[in-house]
Amino acid sequence: MGNARMFGPRRVNKNLFQRLRELNWSIVLIIILLGSTGTMMLYSVAGGEWEPWASRHAARLGGAMILMLIIAVTDIRYWMAFAYPAWGIGILLLVIVEMAGAIGMGGQRWLDIGFMRLQPSELMKIAVVMALARYYHARTYDQSRRLSSLIMPMVLIFVPALLVIKQPDFGTGLMIIMGGAAILFLAGLPAWLFAVAGVSIAAAVPIVWQMMKDYQKSRVLTFLNPESDPLGAGYQITQSKIALGSGGLAGKGLLGGTQSHLNFLPEMKTDFIFTVLVEEFGLIGAMTVLVLYATVLGYGLLMGIGCRNQFGRLMASGLSITLFLYVMINMGMVMGLMPVVGVPLPLISYGGSAILTWAIAFGLILSVATHRHVTLAPRGSGIA
Amino acid sequence: MAREGQRYQTFSRRAFILAGAQGLALTALGGRLYYLAIVNGEQYRLRADKNRISLRLTPPERGEIFDRNNNKLATNRQDFSVVLIPEQAQEIAETLTKLGYIIKLSDRRLARVKRTIKRQRKFVPVTVANGLDWDTFSRVNVEMPELPGVETVAGLSRYYPAGREIAHIVGYMASPNEDDIGLNPLYQLPGFKVGKQGIERRFENHLRGTAGSRRVEVNSVGREIRDLPPRQDATKGQSLQLTLDLDLQRYALTQLKEAAASVVAIDVTTGELLTLASSPSFDPNEFTGGISQENWQGLLADPRNPLLNKCISGQYPPASTVKMIIALAALEQGIITPQTEFYCNGKHRLGDNVFHCWRGRGHGRLDLLGGIANSCDVYFYEVAEKLDIDHIADMARRFGFGETFALGVDGEKPGLVPDRRWKRDFLQQGWNLGETLNVSIGQGAMLATPLQLAVMTARVASGHLITPRLIRSVAGYGGHLPDTLMGPAFTRLDVNPLHLRIVRRGMEMVMEPRGTAHDYRRSKTAPKLAGKTGTAQVRRISTAERDTGVIKNDELPWNARDHALFVGYAPAEAPEVAVSILVQHGGGGSSTAAPIGRAVLDKALELNRKPKGADKTQSANTGMAKTAGKET
Repeated sequence: MGNARMFGPRRVNKNLFQRLRELNWSIVLIIILLGSTGTMMLYSVAGGEWEPWASRHAARLGGAMILMLIIAVTDIRYWMAFAYPAWGIGILLLVIVEMAGAIGMGGQRWLDIGFMRLQPSELMKIAVVMALARYYHARTYDQSRRLSSLIMPMVLIFVPALLVIKQPDFGTGLMIIMGGAAILFLAGLPAWLFAVAGVSIAAAVPIVWQMMKDYQKSRVLTFLNPESDPLGAGYQITQSKIALGSGGLAGKGLLGGTQSHLNFLPEMKTDFIFTVLVEEFGLIGAMTVLVLYATVLGYGLLMGIGCRNQFGRLMASGLSITLFLYVMINMGMVMGLMPVVGVPLPLISYGGSAILTWAIAFGLILSVATHRHVTLAPRGSGIA
Repeated sequence: MAREGQRYQTFSRRAFILAGAQGLALTALGGRLYYLAIVNGEQYRLRADKNRISLRLTPPERGEIFDRNNNKLATNRQDFSVVLIPEQAQEIAETLTKLGYIIKLSDRRLARVKRTIKRQRKFVPVTVANGLDWDTFSRVNVEMPELPGVETVAGLSRYYPAGREIAHIVGYMASPNEDDIGLNPLYQLPGFKVGKQGIERRFENHLRGTAGSRRVEVNSVGREIRDLPPRQDATKGQSLQLTLDLDLQRYALTQLKEAAASVVAIDVTTGELLTLASSPSFDPNEFTGGISQENWQGLLADPRNPLLNKCISGQYPPASTVKMIIALAALEQGIITPQTEFYCNGKHRLGDNVFHCWRGRGHGRLDLLGGIANSCDVYFYEVAEKLDIDHIADMARRFGFGETFALGVDGEKPGLVPDRRWKRDFLQQGWNLGETLNVSIGQGAMLATPLQLAVMTARVASGHLITPRLIRSVAGYGGHLPDTLMGPAFTRLDVNPLHLRIVRRGMEMVMEPRGTAHDYRRSKTAPKLAGKTGTAQVRRISTAERDTGVIKNDELPWNARDHALFVGYAPAEAPEVAVSILVQHGGGGSSTAAPIGRAVLDKALELNRKPKGADKTQSANTGMAKTAGKET
């Protein structure tokens, strides 16, 4: 049966060695490739220096990959059992950050935990997906479609999302909401609900506009007409487009990007790293990266579809959609297709919390793949 | 379990929908990239280049200015300066303190540096000190590792080796005015200077040269990263040679001893100005680096007016030096002959007014030559009574009074030749005979510049329409000067040569025993001179004062003392050089101006006698030709 070749032997219980051997190493390789692209671009952004970013990115990538493999081979039932606690810990960390921020100076987003600065908002987006997946795992089709069962998911999504937006980190907050909405959609909520939500969002725009901070407003305005403010906020987008366009088909070569090395671009090691990449490697480099992301995305969705339990399905597809949203919004922003929302490019942008988060996310997707034949009890994890 | 199937079906259907949407979105991203990089790639490449490539000017080397013997009057020298690049200095205050141990930095200077640092972008170098000597410069270089952000710069700056001696002619350089900054991109270069006075100003376009350019890669805040080919080198400006003789100029100034005075010396055959010395002077080098407020205020406050070029811009009563003109006018009108005699008892009565001779007890009976030699005022009052003012004015104009000569420096004044028309036009009054009497001794409304007096003397001496010039040649003009600078070919003066000979004889007698400028110590073998003294009264002497005795100059306040004048030429029998001397409030022409005149005339002849003159002029020209050749 074709199915068997596609998904491997239908084995439910596997030992560690089997699990490792059956891992999709091509996907692991692609993930490492994307992370290494980040290392290379950070090397370029530093002007051909390993310090201070490229070396640390590489080291973090190494650690993150080990963590990813550990998560991948860990029994999915542990992850299901951990779903709600993870969400709770995430909320706790967000509250701690919020309080630390209130004591310290302004909008702080991270916690210093010794060896790294942890951004709870990054981890939160995974915890939300896990919690929602677990919630719908325990609901039947009919229960899922009931409006009354929408209350809990709303809490699961909006409590962390609002905490994150308040940090203020509008980009990540938006990601949590959109990722959550995708899971609701996949869980089978009536389609008209989404239509209603769409209309209400349109109606809420003026209210949200009132609540936005000045820099957020200016970002939106600039997006609507970047050339109106060529020296202010629109400058970034204009310069980014110049960099993307001037790369041409094959780019200016590693370290050859003039827009980046002469500092015409903002935030090169994080939000605008894709711009640096396209300037130096051109359309070919950009397409290669796009195809790599598409492969990982497709794999995640496919693993969801091929999974026998609803928890795995929703988690794998939800995480893969979150990945998609990050890629889409980051690239759309640097290309001038979307407002400047501070969203890093997964695995390529510099940042310890982000790499850690994506390693966990891919680890969970791979864990779903490993345990796709496991059937899980509707309630509880099955491991006492 | 059917419901479970339903759940799975819904999930997969919706998952495929999302997958399709994602596929579409990623395709859109790819399409956008294709649009940016391929469809509009060329446009964005140009914009990226426009971002990073900046055209920078390189300042040209300025042309030099030489005297007639190829002495450098204005040149360029290595200027050693120290700059601070704020972004590279960790602790600006600390670095400046350390620098202060090597270079003396005044508090005011430090304050200015700190102000500039605040105003500019952090990578723009700020000049901390300039005009350093080699020793200091080297020490800064040695200490540089201890001074983060400090850099040494060796550029070119204008230097006047004979600063004070030629300040009024050559002028000086200073930063362009704020308003002019936009006129020329060169003006925006840090430290770029333009000619502000004299030759430097009038010949700015010749001297400046052509700026070079280089393309540099700059980053987003405009800092230079590296040079890009191709570069175009700057072309040196054209050099210029003046007619001045620096040796004579210097000698003349030492004779003036810092008095408010001027010396003009002119070559009687060519009209070339050998000396245009104005005293006191100032150091034009001070302006190049930006003159200090104290020094500037000092120059402005000095009653001797150091900034004024007295030779061409000072207008003074010519006093008795005008008597040649009066004599020539009277001879031409047939009012007198050389033999006409008048009696001087020290006074001349005209109606109710009494006109006094400078010699209170009078000169007795005098003929014309005696009148000139003794500078007898009464003799000229008698002449003036019969002479029309318009005839005097006409004669004065023929000798250059009231005229400017387009020397090539700004500030030439025309003086004033009063006549009936002038009085009618400007004072709406008729002419009085008394005024003619005043003009006949060079007082009253008549004014002349020292240059005009020298030109008059040269014309008397040569009998030709000598026109002064200051510019000898401009490299790049192929030796040919614009007409205004060449002057017309010298034609004969429209004056009876016989009359000129009489006047010249009178001027010779001035220098002889009983003449007003006789020097009894003068060697018999020394060249014979001819001249005329003048003493211009600057205050009214009351009748009461005349009765009790006129107060001596020494006892008057400086600015009430008489101006001392002298004009002369030498050698008397074959004139080569003519001079005019003016010492403001210097006292008597005989006692103060005449000795200077004699000394300058002798010195001029001595310099003319030296064989180097002709040869060196030749080498000067070839020297300039070489410089010109190198400029390309």
